[in-house]
Amino acid sequence: MSDNAYEPVIVGFLCNWCSYRAADLAGTSRLHYAPNMRVVRVMCSARVDPQFVLKALREGADGVLIAGCHPGECHYVEGNIKTLRRYELLKHMLTQFGIEPERVQLVWASASEGNVLAKAVDRMTEQLRALGPLRWQETVVQQDKRPVSTDAVVEEVDRG
Amino acid sequence: MSEERVGVYICHCGTNIAGTVDVEDVARWAGEQPHVVVARDYKFMCSSLGQELIEKDIKEFGLTRVVVASCSPHMHEKTFRGACERAGLNPFLFEMANIREQDSWATNDRKAATQKAKALVKAAIERVIHHEPLDPLQVEINSSTLIVGGGIAGITAALELANAGYHVYLVEREPSIGGHMAQLDKTFPTLDCSACILTPKMVEVDQHPNITLLSYSEVEKVEGHLGDFTVTVRKKARHVIEDLCTGCGECERRCPKRVIDNSFEAGLGFRKAIYRPFPQAVPKYPVIDTDNCLWFQIGKCRVCERFCPTGAIDYEQQDELLEIKVGNIILATGYKLFDPRRIPQYGYGRLANVFTSLEFERMVNAAGPTGGRIVLRDGETEPKSVAIIHCVGSRDRNYNEYCSKVCCMYSLKFAHLVHERLPEAEVYNFYIDIRTPGKGYEEFYHRLLEEGTHFIRGRVAEVTDAARQPGEEGKLIVQVEDTLIGKQRRIPVDMVILSAGLEAQPDAREVAQKFGLGCDANGFFVERHPKLDPVATMTDGVFIAGTCQGPRDIPDTVAQGAAAAARIASLISQRVVQMEPVRAHIDEDLCSGCRICNDLCPYNAIVYHEDRQVSEVITALCQGCGACVAACPSGAITEAHFTDEQIMSEIEGILWDVRPQGAHEAALA
Repeated sequence: MSDNAYEPVIVGFLCNWCSYRAADLAGTSRLHYAPNMRVVRVMCSARVDPQFVLKALREGADGVLIAGCHPGECHYVEGNIKTLRRYELLKHMLTQFGIEPERVQLVWASASEGNVLAKAVDRMTEQLRALGPLRWQETVVQQDKRPVSTDAVVEEVDRG
Repeated sequence: MSEERVGVYICHCGTNIAGTVDVEDVARWAGEQPHVVVARDYKFMCSSLGQELIEKDIKEFGLTRVVVASCSPHMHEKTFRGACERAGLNPFLFEMANIREQDSWATNDRKAATQKAKALVKAAIERVIHHEPLDPLQVEINSSTLIVGGGIAGITAALELANAGYHVYLVEREPSIGGHMAQLDKTFPTLDCSACILTPKMVEVDQHPNITLLSYSEVEKVEGHLGDFTVTVRKKARHVIEDLCTGCGECERRCPKRVIDNSFEAGLGFRKAIYRPFPQAVPKYPVIDTDNCLWFQIGKCRVCERFCPTGAIDYEQQDELLEIKVGNIILATGYKLFDPRRIPQYGYGRLANVFTSLEFERMVNAAGPTGGRIVLRDGETEPKSVAIIHCVGSRDRNYNEYCSKVCCMYSLKFAHLVHERLPEAEVYNFYIDIRTPGKGYEEFYHRLLEEGTHFIRGRVAEVTDAARQPGEEGKLIVQVEDTLIGKQRRIPVDMVILSAGLEAQPDAREVAQKFGLGCDANGFFVERHPKLDPVATMTDGVFIAGTCQGPRDIPDTVAQGAAAAARIASLISQRVVQMEPVRAHIDEDLCSGCRICNDLCPYNAIVYHEDRQVSEVITALCQGCGACVAACPSGAITEAHFTDEQIMSEIEGILWDVRPQGAHEAALA
């Protein structure tokens, strides 16, 4: 990272069983990848409340990466399928906010796929560098001219 | 919360972290953060001195929370929780920041790594002040164990546990236990007769008072958790009443229907429609193969019934579903041989005298279809030259990239057996590398070099019957680049043996899902730790042994079977074990009774009370995934140790350097 260049910050929500271990494995195998992702560990990707994603974007993250086990390999049988459903709805809402789809991504990485996770972070970092900072204030809040109560929208997402 | 006193410890891990992250700077900076009373950096936090440092500070500074920034929590979370507990602090008032695997090891950029370390430390500080003291769940361990797979791994594990005085249910889907080892003739490098060392163990399993053998059975359903699993086993109909059958074999002799035995005899021999896979089968009861039995197919015959001296044949017998309760489970489901038909240029299935390793194994077996004679497919002609091709389906990016570990050694064994039975025959081994790590293995290789086997280094390109040169007519020609002399060679031989690799069972993924395990990219079950915990899995109470975890030979498989048994014996002798209290809980005052969570739970752990119109989580069944927590529209569900408050604070901390100051408060105003 040079001093002046813009470097995106990604918040990664990684499940305890597959993707967090994939990130551990990437490190153990000394696979170097973009240091732009900061990880929040959750037990299952299905624990990722859409509010967490909105919170991260609102608090200054340029993107959010959610990672889980491959479909069919979830430690909790099918938590990742619930994540996928929730993610599609959330994306739909974010697009309406004017947030580019690349900013919130979902990837599957098993505990043995350190390389898959590292590549996903590299790719996403590149995409976000090209997009530039998110600027939640300008993109979402001011454009809308009214305060956004994320909770109301999130409830809608979950009901949908 | 405001009066929490946090201690922060930044580990150097030698140079593993300190080489990339400016640990002193991170510690200095951490010391300036709100709530932080003491912040230190230390060479090795996991060392006993490092742990003592934490214990001392807790007492001296009256710390109420502890953060250690070091390796992955999967590595040392337990260690540091222990240190907290020893100093009288609830172990759950601790949080770990992973600045090694997910930071210093993943980049060379010192500035970025240091910045990231600060973000991760800040996240941990913000999170830990919201932690609550928790008590681990106490689980009683049922002393019975389920073992799935009756190969040598499962047999070893079953005997170890049974001899320790614990009950074992051994489930095998084939009619007999024994697995692949029962099919082998000799075992490398000692050339012990496989059956001679295996069958006594099989008999011991059969007669052991602590073992319930469920052969010709499959696991249908698994419920519960460590200490208390409920397993449903389908005992397939044998159509033979086990209590009446004496195993005399009269039915087998009288049965008029001959069937090619694709399973035990690898397609080289025949069996009857009512059969035992091999004479020493355990249990001794035969089974009717309803796909081939004349009575089941065309409604005529009933010869076996007529000749059975004890009236043990029962055509009406149905599958039986058994429910068993166990505390632990071992999966020892074994491997499947790579199917060489997938490499058409090697001609298997097309050229008669190309054999698989398993076919050859049966052929050289004295109890096998040829009575131990090495002959071509016509059943008579002895080959004058034999080619053994290594790495078939292994070490090949088109099939399996991994090394199957046993093929070099069994190929050498084959070469020896050909020399022994056909002293005049020429034997060629085509190899990429000879891999002989193991006690007495390299010595065995040298023995073969002395016995006069031709070793040609190179991956075989093709096996063909198209003769081009004199002397090739009627032969199989092995086309290979001999990489030691840098030349293409064509070697005419009479017989080709393909040393096929080991693959995961085709239904491994299905089985993994049933038991809540992970599979690697090749379908082998994933162990808890590749080096330090090779027989445990991510699911507490479920262990793995043998080739279902990866290719290995018999000694390693036996060692793993015994290791898994030892792990379980240790759990059983503890009687009660402690489990992570990460579980969901519903606040009945907030629950609106919408029942969204009810269907989300994969473990049916949420019940709805009609009378009070609220849902409740059954703690014993909850596994703590948090899917319901994220979905509850009333915010009535919390997940212990992963509460919304804790995660939200962690997010704020992790973004401490990029947060727009006051922006979101304005947005929400």
